[in-house]
Amino acid sequence: MSSIERSPWLIHYDASSCNGCDIEVLACLTPVYDAERFGCIVTGDPKQADIFLVTGSVNHLNAPIVKNIFDQMPEPKAVVAIGACAYSGGVFAECYNVSGGVASTIPVDVYVPGCAAKPESILDGVVRAATILKEKERARSKAKRFRKRTSREGGAK
Amino acid sequence: MKGIEIYAAIAYVVLGPLLGGLLDGLDRVITARLQGRVGPPLLQPFYDLRKLLTRRIAPVNRLQMPLIASHLVFALLTGVLFFYGSDILLIVFVLTLASVFLVLAAYSTGSPYSTIGAERELLLMTAYEPMVIIALVGLYGVAKSFNFYAILGSKMPAYLYLPGIYLGIVYVLEMKLRKSPFDISTSHHAHQELVMGLTADMGGPALAMVELAHWYESVYLFALVLLFFSSSWISAILGLAFTYLLIILLDNATARVRWELALSFAWIATLVAGAGNLIPFYLISRGTP
Repeated sequence: MSSIERSPWLIHYDASSCNGCDIEVLACLTPVYDAERFGCIVTGDPKQADIFLVTGSVNHLNAPIVKNIFDQMPEPKAVVAIGACAYSGGVFAECYNVSGGVASTIPVDVYVPGCAAKPESILDGVVRAATILKEKERARSKAKRFRKRTSREGGAK
Repeated sequence: MKGIEIYAAIAYVVLGPLLGGLLDGLDRVITARLQGRVGPPLLQPFYDLRKLLTRRIAPVNRLQMPLIASHLVFALLTGVLFFYGSDILLIVFVLTLASVFLVLAAYSTGSPYSTIGAERELLLMTAYEPMVIIALVGLYGVAKSFNFYAILGSKMPAYLYLPGIYLGIVYVLEMKLRKSPFDISTSHHAHQELVMGLTADMGGPALAMVELAHWYESVYLFALVLLFFSSSWISAILGLAFTYLLIILLDNATARVRWELALSFAWIATLVAGAGNLIPFYLISRGTP
């Protein structure tokens, strides 16, 4: 098991919505759901986070913030879009200021359904994101080995 | 005798992180069980450390990493001097220097969160330093020495002579191990008003070094507690286990205090428990030559 899969640290951001999904994210930390058993720690710092949990639809005001948090996270990273709003904008999709779901701003790895999303399904999304992180890390180290080999042999510039 | 001390210092450098990490992992498991949760695996701190070391992130500035490295080196040096049998008064100053480097590293980032954390850490340092000095003076009074092995070898049940000072040291441990109610500078728990605080803007290897320094620190802090219970093996084991569980229980049973309360609580504890213990102890020990 890779180290990143065993300790996925989270950061959560509520873009713009009814705040219901964000409350459910915090409910995952309570004794009933216990996200810590998967090694999760909710950090307040994107530089320490591996998985970015976004709830709510993205609008023109907070799109730069979502992008800023995403850009500050070190590679490899995964994004989990939680709830109907984070998928498509939800009931706010037609608003004049809403640009759509999270995917309109940053690449999303896992979608968690629901309005509001249940803590169980959020945990499921986090565990899936951890698996995706492991694959990303494996792909990165494979690419690194390939680059090293090709530069040594002097081929494939 | 000198040979044993060198081996103890080397064992501390090699096994310190192992023991510190296990203490941290056990703490997280016990905390989870107290809250009715399953909790993370026992080896979770090691998984976290390994992951943090593999993360590649550009440091915030050129000053941060050298400062954090100095923090780790001086935290390590404190323990090495301690187990090598140096004067424990000197060790207090090295211990302070290690904390000062961490505070400087936090100030250097410019993040408002780490600045708040750094300021609170400075307040905590002013809160626990007097108690540490009083504890060392008390231990000197019992064993007539400032050497770790001499105090350990004196076989005096220091906890019977210095119960107040022992309680004061529990206060210090709460602050040094970043436990509630005194976890005001930084905390791993997401429900606090300042989550990462002091360690905000420290990503990947930088945070890994802070964690490692913390493990080294926790080992010699518990070695300091051991000095109070060094009269026999049974009292040593029971005393250390009791202190460890007491700290975890207090962490779970209390809420974070404001800095004013942290400072005044600590100084009241220092005055009442520390000085209130030291003065009668000296009066009695002078009466019985």
